[in-house]
Amino acid sequence: MRHAIPAALAVAAMALPAAAQERPELTAYAPDYFASDWGPGPRIEAGFEAACNCDLVFVTGDVLPRLLLEGESTRADVVIGLNTDQTARARATGLFAPHRQDTAALTMPVAWTDDIFLPFNWSELAFVYDETRLATPPESFAALLDAPDTLKIALQDPRSSSAGLAMLLWVKHIYGDGAEAAWAKLAPKVLTVTRGWSEAYGLFTDGEVDMVLSYTTSPAYHVIAEGDTTKHAAIFPEGHYLYTELAAQLAGSDQPELAQAFMDYILSPDFQGMIAEANWSYPAKLPPEDLPQAFRDLPRPATTLFYSEAEAEALRQPALDEWLRAFTR
Amino acid sequence: MAARLHALRPSPGAAVAGGLAALILGTLGAVAWEARGLSGLTQWDLRAVWFTLWQAAVSATLSVALAIPVARALARRRFPARGALVLLLGAPFILPTIVAIFGLVAMFGRSGWINAGLAALGLPEISIYGAQGVVLANLFFNLPLATRLILQAWQSVPAERFRLAASLGFGPRDIARHLERPLLREVAPGAWLAVFLICLTSFTVALALGGGPRATTVELAIYQAFRFDADPGRAASLGLVQVALSLAALALAGRAAAPAGFGAGLDREAPGPAPPGWRGWADAAVILLAAGFLLGPVGAVIGSGLPRIGSLPETVWAATARSVGMALTSTALTIALALPLALALARGRRLWIEAAGMLPLVASPLVLGTGLFLILSHAVPVSGLAIPVTIAVNAIMALPFALRALIPASRTLEADYGRLAASLGLAGAARLRLLTLPRLRGPLGFGAGLAAALAMGDLGVIALFGDTRTATLPLMLYQLMGSYRLADAAGAAVLLMGLSLGLFWLFDRGGRA
Repeated sequence: MRHAIPAALAVAAMALPAAAQERPELTAYAPDYFASDWGPGPRIEAGFEAACNCDLVFVTGDVLPRLLLEGESTRADVVIGLNTDQTARARATGLFAPHRQDTAALTMPVAWTDDIFLPFNWSELAFVYDETRLATPPESFAALLDAPDTLKIALQDPRSSSAGLAMLLWVKHIYGDGAEAAWAKLAPKVLTVTRGWSEAYGLFTDGEVDMVLSYTTSPAYHVIAEGDTTKHAAIFPEGHYLYTELAAQLAGSDQPELAQAFMDYILSPDFQGMIAEANWSYPAKLPPEDLPQAFRDLPRPATTLFYSEAEAEALRQPALDEWLRAFTR
Repeated sequence: MAARLHALRPSPGAAVAGGLAALILGTLGAVAWEARGLSGLTQWDLRAVWFTLWQAAVSATLSVALAIPVARALARRRFPARGALVLLLGAPFILPTIVAIFGLVAMFGRSGWINAGLAALGLPEISIYGAQGVVLANLFFNLPLATRLILQAWQSVPAERFRLAASLGFGPRDIARHLERPLLREVAPGAWLAVFLICLTSFTVALALGGGPRATTVELAIYQAFRFDADPGRAASLGLVQVALSLAALALAGRAAAPAGFGAGLDREAPGPAPPGWRGWADAAVILLAAGFLLGPVGAVIGSGLPRIGSLPETVWAATARSVGMALTSTALTIALALPLALALARGRRLWIEAAGMLPLVASPLVLGTGLFLILSHAVPVSGLAIPVTIAVNAIMALPFALRALIPASRTLEADYGRLAASLGLAGAARLRLLTLPRLRGPLGFGAGLAAALAMGDLGVIALFGDTRTATLPLMLYQLMGSYRLADAAGAAVLLMGLSLGLFWLFDRGGRA
């Protein structure tokens, strides 16, 4: 109960002179999973603090909604763990400063030119299956749509999950104006739509569904952490939609040097080398030969699909309406 | 006259009710203010309102209808381990939603026990995905609550009334007419209302088992408005719709309820008459069915999680200790708020106080959390707020349940002993010590147990305010699930469930001893 100080005491503590503070503090807003003991947070904290002579503090929660609420008065120096569907609104706040990194050196399947939001890891959306339960998975997106309705899949809701929203864009990218018809074909195979990734993935590991919307890198977790080689991502020739997570620094930070040092640290070999096994995705800047073996063995899609921020923002609402219509008709 | 005089004097109860109303409506207002006003609703929002109402009404009606035979069977039969069964039947209510869903899926899912049994018999498969799944899950969560509320009322009928009935030669039909019907008339509308209001704000349930966007609830629409549309105005509009719906339900339930008026007894511990013959078999069947339905999924959760408890990481235990401390603090707060409210309500039917006491049930946790964040972040640094705010919000969220447990008993207390106490000039602290606390000991223990269990299991607003140093056990559970560690999450779920039930048992037991 060390932190259970009443609010009044917290105010009093603020009013005291900052004599007790030896090291400057860098505040990073991050999603819950990111800073948990099982996410990359603790290792990033240890790695960065080893060099910066500072205290890196993760503040967890919904990063963007919180920033929007706080506006100029935010305490955040940096944010980490934004999704591409959030960058347009984040950029519009004008709260961010350029990251000043060379994005030409990134090892991503798409060219990245954004000077504010810096990717630190990436993967693609994919349907994950267990070969012991589904011996012959669909070999293309078209085959998935044409599969018998007894093939059951679990999705995430685009209204509450970033992966669910990326799935809308994936279908839109492949089928364009035919997206609603594609969804109508997929709908009978959708056993259920969950709030977030965890629930859907849990239904998959419990054997409720044959395939689950997850990432091309998910099987690497099962290989490395569980020695289980039966889980695979079905690779479709139509291409897979990119899912990347981003970091940025705040223009109004009271620790601008530290914030910049953190942005530099993100693309350092130290950070990039640990991200594969800490966040179960591809590092944004690491030669493939430096990846863990299980990641090097993963099958790669021939095509990676991606919409620019402006395109995705324009498509979001129409694609959501199509999705809702396809499921409620 | 007397009631009117009471109403004129500001009581602690009215002050608490006013504070609650200000908090719930104030947070809504803060969100609307931030958005510079309310925004209009889309056609999808209106569909969500309709589905939310539908599933809440069906779930509440079924929960209460099924709880009546279960409560009656439990009230009039005595069998070995009855107390333990009554305790365990309460488990689903305090299970974290996400854990309960996996329990339900293990029993009713495509690869669950029921379908395995049906397949062995050559029968067609049943599906829990769809509207029926939402209702089934709501029933699983709320049948225990409805059963406990009705059972409590049943057990509060003085044994003398049943003895009088026996000496008058009442058969089961006469007992139903003269004792059970008035009893249900008093308690059932309140139980229905509580379940209806809980289902009104259900979010994860509908989303996981609903089978798709047809099963969209208002709370999901609120989440979408915040998270994806950055439209707090729409979130506030939807929050208002939720509050309006619940006030309408409250008025309806208030009309339907009527006091039973059984009068005081001598507190003799005696069950009601247990009719022999087929009714005995029927009671046994009802108890077995309810136990199977409620304990099957709980058993599945325990089975998958128990072996993992030993290997849980150390930080989980630190979070566990923090969670227990927070749950106890928030329980004390709940009772301190609920008691004056219940006593104020007992002295006269003042709908606005009851409405204020029930408001936390329908306050969207998202709106409440965000509103508090907006209000408080202007005054104090948010980092120190995570734990105090979570404690306060959990205490307020548990208030309606403690209140539901206390209201009938407080009314009976006032009706049976109010005039005697007044004629003796018993007032203030002496009345509290000599009359109120001893007479309300049972419902106070039950209410405190519920508050502790709910505070223990609730994710609360810590997700909005927290940092890595303030993680609670439920938050750890979600973090484990979010990083592929589903087996460890199952272990944490069993730990959480065991602690919630343990706290509930301690308080409830303390109230009865």
